Amino acid sequence: MKYNWWKRGWPLAVLLLAAVFAGPLAPWDPWEMTAPFLRPCWAHPLGTNDIGQDILSELIYGARTSLLVGVTASLAVTAFGSFYGACAAWFGGWTDRLMMALINVALAVPSLPLVIVLSAFLDRSVWNLILCICLTSWAGTARVVRARAMQLRETGFIRSCRAMGCGPLYTILRHLLPNLKELIFTKGLLSAASAMLTETSVSYLGLGPLTSKSWGTILNDAFRSGGLFNGYWWWYLPPLACISLTVFSFLSLRGGSEQKG
Amino acid sequence: MLKLESVSVAFPAAGGGIQPVDGVSLEVGETERHMIVGETGSGKSVLLTSILGLGEGRVTGRIVWNGRELTGLSEKEYSKIRGREIAYIPQSGGGSLNPLMKIGRQIGEPLEVHRGASRKEAFAAAVEALRQLDFQRPEYWARQYPHRLSGGMRQRVLVAMGTIAGGGLVLADEPTKGLDAERREEVARLFRRLSGTALLCVTHDLEFARTVGERISVLYAGQILESGPKEAFFQAPLHPYSQMMIRSLPEHGFQSVKGFAPSHQEYGGMGCRFAERCPKAGEKCRKPPPRLRMGERQVLCWYADGGS
Repeated sequence: MKYNWWKRGWPLAVLLLAAVFAGPLAPWDPWEMTAPFLRPCWAHPLGTNDIGQDILSELIYGARTSLLVGVTASLAVTAFGSFYGACAAWFGGWTDRLMMALINVALAVPSLPLVIVLSAFLDRSVWNLILCICLTSWAGTARVVRARAMQLRETGFIRSCRAMGCGPLYTILRHLLPNLKELIFTKGLLSAASAMLTETSVSYLGLGPLTSKSWGTILNDAFRSGGLFNGYWWWYLPPLACISLTVFSFLSLRGGSEQKG
Repeated sequence: MLKLESVSVAFPAAGGGIQPVDGVSLEVGETERHMIVGETGSGKSVLLTSILGLGEGRVTGRIVWNGRELTGLSEKEYSKIRGREIAYIPQSGGGSLNPLMKIGRQIGEPLEVHRGASRKEAFAAAVEALRQLDFQRPEYWARQYPHRLSGGMRQRVLVAMGTIAGGGLVLADEPTKGLDAERREEVARLFRRLSGTALLCVTHDLEFARTVGERISVLYAGQILESGPKEAFFQAPLHPYSQMMIRSLPEHGFQSVKGFAPSHQEYGGMGCRFAERCPKAGEKCRKPPPRLRMGERQVLCWYADGGS
């Protein structure tokens, strides 16, 4: 059965459009201050926050940060992790053991505390946050790809690559990795989801990027300014719903890639 | 020309390890078609992959290709020889072709890798190769993915892949495996047509060896028991094993060779490795047999010179 990308991909497409066209789409400038603590009304569909910024506009601009972090981190992590895993599997022996040891170290480092520690030293920008996320999350991809690549390495056509005189790099890029594309794609989606969740957690803790809005920073504002305790649900529920739905739509994309394999 | 001088391959393992190939010496002339026949576990494939440095075992002895010693070459130097000077045709089967790459692309790949051909040139050459291997619509098949091929076509594609970049020697690993009689004929025809190149082919199919080969070597338990020109081998086999094998062919009585080959662990300290199954075996056979050479033929047996 042909996989219908539109059927599963439309929520992400909508989100992407919202992020790209945040300017014309958002009713207010998310930094503009009006009356604080407004309940949802016609002018501000989701009310305003403690300093009078429109929450709906904040949400729309927040999609930019979430998608940027999710997609960029996932691309970097997946590309590097897959290549790393394939190399470990291909060369085997001591190279593999050494590379595996590094994977285990990366997996053993708790990622959220690391991001928190690093954000104390680095500038608090989106790019540094992405870097921090990448530092630990490549290892999961590398591990899984390595395992499957070791299996694949023993099949006839990969073996005959060597017999044909193809170099290791050529074989890995041309034959090994393309045959693992379903797995890599699935891991990529998972990485995107977890990167977005990490970004939200970090921002919620108040350690996120200083200059950009994100769903996590809205939650942080709501928490700090008593939105949670005063029952301002229109403040803290929408960002939670946004992040959950986005992660959900990323994860539901992968059903198709598995069927095709 | 390829020359092997007492080549052994050892696999280290607990309890001393095993040596599936033990002191093999043979020569493959400039354009000779040399067939190595042997049963499962005799060391055929290990021997073949060791020539290209692809095996995992430790290779001792000398492998000389056109005056150049191959044993001990680095992986990088080896990769210049593989596919360019010595081609390898792997065993056919489900995994022998990349399922995600179109056939034409795959056949032309050695040209891209070794001769720096562009994708277009390589594809054109692949189509031409398919045409020469009797594909009815080569342009069509070159654009298909491997899952659409039948077993016989797959084998022909592997042959095309192995031979497209030229090279002076083709190594083939059981090219008739899993093929029916008609396809086997087809592969045999194809191999006989190879010109300007030598062939070293490993098979357990005696009939196929007879149709294709010019010289036959019998590999048993890691040793060459007998080697010689095809005609002499089939008319007057020297080794009891060869004699029994030929009697096992349908037109020679269909009598099977009873018993089993010794396991790899038993090789050490054995006399003649075939003695257990040999009707002529006597007291002497507990000691390692001598290698007798008669002109172009050689045999590893105590009784080969007439039973004295």
